Amino acid sequence: MLALFYIFIGVAMAVSIWQITRILDFRGVIANDEDNAKQGKYAIYFMVFLYAIMIYCLISLNVIMLPESASIEGEHDDRLFNTTFWLIGIVQFIMQFLIFYFTFKYRGNKNNKAKFYADSHKLEMIWTIIPAVVLVVLIGYGLWQWNNVMDIDDDEAVVIEVYAYQWGWHARYAGEDNTLGTGNVNYIKGINTMGVDMSDVNSQDDQQVTELYLPKGKKVHFKFRSQDVLHSAYMPHFRAQMNCVPGMVTEFAFTPKYTTEEMRMQSEVREKTKGINKIRAAKGEDLYEFDYLLLCNKICGTSHYSMQMKITVVEEEEYDTWISEQPTLATVIQ
Amino acid sequence: MSDHHHKETFVTKYIFSHDHKMISKQFLITGMFMGIIAVLMSMLFRLQLAWPDTSFSIVEAFLGRHQTDGIMSPDIYLALVTIHGTIMVFFVLTAGLSGTFSNLLIPLQIGARDMASGFLNMVSYWLFFLSSVIMVISLFVEAGPASAGWTVYPPLSALPQAIPGSGAGMTLWLVSMSIFIASSLIGALNYIVTVLNLRTKGMKMTRLPLTIWAFFITAIIGVVSFPVLLSAALLLVFDRSFGTSFYLSDIFISGEVLHYQGGSPVLFEHLFWFLGHPEVYIVLLPALGITSEVISTNARKPIFGYRAMVMSIMAIAFLSTIVWGHHMFISGMNPFLGSVFTFTTLLIAIPSAVKAFNYVTTLWKGNLQLNPAMLFSIGLVSTFVTGGLTGLVLGDSALDINIHDTYFVVAHFHLVMGVSAIFGMYAGIYHWFPKMYGRMMNKKMGYWHFWITIICSYGVFWPMHFIGLAGLPRRYYSNTAFPMFNDLADVNVVITIFALVGGAAQIIFLANYFISIYRGEKAIQNPWKSNTLEWTTPVEHIHGNWPGKLPEVHRWAYDYSKRVDPNDDDSDYLHGQDYVLQTTPLLEGEEPS
Repeated sequence: MLALFYIFIGVAMAVSIWQITRILDFRGVIANDEDNAKQGKYAIYFMVFLYAIMIYCLISLNVIMLPESASIEGEHDDRLFNTTFWLIGIVQFIMQFLIFYFTFKYRGNKNNKAKFYADSHKLEMIWTIIPAVVLVVLIGYGLWQWNNVMDIDDDEAVVIEVYAYQWGWHARYAGEDNTLGTGNVNYIKGINTMGVDMSDVNSQDDQQVTELYLPKGKKVHFKFRSQDVLHSAYMPHFRAQMNCVPGMVTEFAFTPKYTTEEMRMQSEVREKTKGINKIRAAKGEDLYEFDYLLLCNKICGTSHYSMQMKITVVEEEEYDTWISEQPTLATVIQ
Repeated sequence: MSDHHHKETFVTKYIFSHDHKMISKQFLITGMFMGIIAVLMSMLFRLQLAWPDTSFSIVEAFLGRHQTDGIMSPDIYLALVTIHGTIMVFFVLTAGLSGTFSNLLIPLQIGARDMASGFLNMVSYWLFFLSSVIMVISLFVEAGPASAGWTVYPPLSALPQAIPGSGAGMTLWLVSMSIFIASSLIGALNYIVTVLNLRTKGMKMTRLPLTIWAFFITAIIGVVSFPVLLSAALLLVFDRSFGTSFYLSDIFISGEVLHYQGGSPVLFEHLFWFLGHPEVYIVLLPALGITSEVISTNARKPIFGYRAMVMSIMAIAFLSTIVWGHHMFISGMNPFLGSVFTFTTLLIAIPSAVKAFNYVTTLWKGNLQLNPAMLFSIGLVSTFVTGGLTGLVLGDSALDINIHDTYFVVAHFHLVMGVSAIFGMYAGIYHWFPKMYGRMMNKKMGYWHFWITIICSYGVFWPMHFIGLAGLPRRYYSNTAFPMFNDLADVNVVITIFALVGGAAQIIFLANYFISIYRGEKAIQNPWKSNTLEWTTPVEHIHGNWPGKLPEVHRWAYDYSKRVDPNDDDSDYLHGQDYVLQTTPLLEGEEPS
């Protein structure tokens, strides 16, 4: 690969130098009919190139993209995305065709005359109104879905606090009362890494954990805080993201749809995993198995690129067993 | 104008010049110099992204103490992307683009002898120069330059404990940007006043070339939004140096609780993006203005829908000031605000679509003279469409949740404002080079430059959308920490190769530019057979632009290929040729277009 790169650099250099040596040929600096014909033809070649890479990427890179949404709320995100993507895809193909085809078709020639065509209210109305109507549909669907996702109230939800710091995540569950005790940086000390106020009765049954377990089919209500700088809690498989802001609590909620095991069995995920493992095997690295992840998606300093926490989605019974085994803060922090 | 008949010395002519033509060249050369730095930086971090564990001697040579064995440190990686963004957005595409072409073209195209205030114009340039110097100096600070991203969100940018670049590097960044803003404001006020007051006889607002409309509206957006960035920067200076808590609250870092209470980084985000979003249009509108002019001239056709073009510039300008929240959908602000900003954001698509359709219609049935400037303008329309369309995905708050801050965003804005604006800038340089230097640029090299650049632009940014859709966050020093991103490595290699070739191709441009200044063919007065006033001035620059009286304008700028019988395409040209200078009086019985 590296050799290829040096070759490319070499070629680029050679071409530039070759062109520079021809610099003395500075006569005829305005495009003539011959140039127009040539450049018009190149426009068509370029259009073919553009279509080729557009289609090639759409097909061959499909496998690297995120699998279908693993949260119930995210289903409509996927549908809205697909609708939008098809729509802009079609417009893109038509517009690029017009741009480069016209460049070729109407390439200049001494014998041609341009059409004097300065205005058409009818045409302009058409291309004001059509985008407007299409946008009304997109905006309508988008806003409906946005309200859907942002409607996070659910008394039955599992409440989890995620606390971001340079460079990692802490998390605690709200315990039996399903209410989180308050927290503040002033209480951070020793093993109380999340700065929980232990004089708050609600804090006693909270459970701090090192990995997230989520029950399938039950709404999970996240509350985010940050200890130092801005972070962003990004859970791409669930179509979920919210910034973690020092000094305030932000929220997001979703309902996991597939357990980790189920997700691993999905064809999209299996194909992607296969591709990844082929690369890893070639390098002699451990094989990879799909896991949900929490990543940081807001620049936060040196190790921004490696900040992560594993998320495991399990059936509700399994979740109940797991959560009952986690020690409460009252027993851990005196 | 006062120095109309002054005797010039080297210093007053080339350094502290009041002449808008000289100042525009100063802006351009400074912008190009900064651009070279920013492009080199992007090459370095592209190397890192493609081959994260590979040692490069070029990294060793450039990054000194910020690398070990030819592998850059994560901190300097963040510094490189930060400074790349800052320089490109502000120093190249704001000052380099607006500064160059507003200065060159406003007086020439409206028929004025110079800017309203030549002195302030000079001050504007030298403040820009000073801010560039400070920005360059900041690269050599011990702990590294600013590294909190070009958006410099606090607390990361406020606390040296959070990242080394937030020490002296960030201080210099703030100083440089404050001076830069002052420069931009002085420049913008000058442009506005000049356009409003110094138009020559007959140059009604409705006869202004679209370039001038674009520069004029751009200047207004700048005056409205840049002061807000200045206030944001000043408050950040207070937080950093004087212990205030505008943006900071409840922070525990390096083992201690800081005293800050009650501030919010979200406030900074609001203030920053109140400039940050209009800034996109400050960058883009001048490029679109240049494109309108270049496409119309080279298509030998009037620009289609002049009024609609002006209206859409205004609509874009207005909407641009009420969409900033779409950068903050997931910042923790009230979800209702997200709804409002989604609505206003997607509305911007309408005037943008009108512009794109109008460009395509201008090409239709033209007699296209495919000069390098024309190709770059066509390229701009192409990348503007590609990048603009993905804006429909990002502007939709529900969809933004999952692609916010991923490479999808990087691909989107690079195409729609980065590549498009650069293409507009190149189109402007190729087109008005004869006006700047009295010589022509080499067209062959121009063609090479264009085709390599556009192929590489798509080669870099089209695949990049997909690694964004794979969920890869931007500003990751390497994606080796996540096995789930292992399969993106090949795509990153391809992107880097295209980036390196595209970057190297700019050498062709630089060579063409600098050699043409001295050896280019001597330009004739109106090489592109254009209608606008700048082509009625003598090729040799003179103070005051026109010898003798100022020209009088009798028509709009787009009477290309006007016919005797407007309904018959085969009839003869009304004025015997396919262009009619704005100074040509209407013939008897001629309908003004």
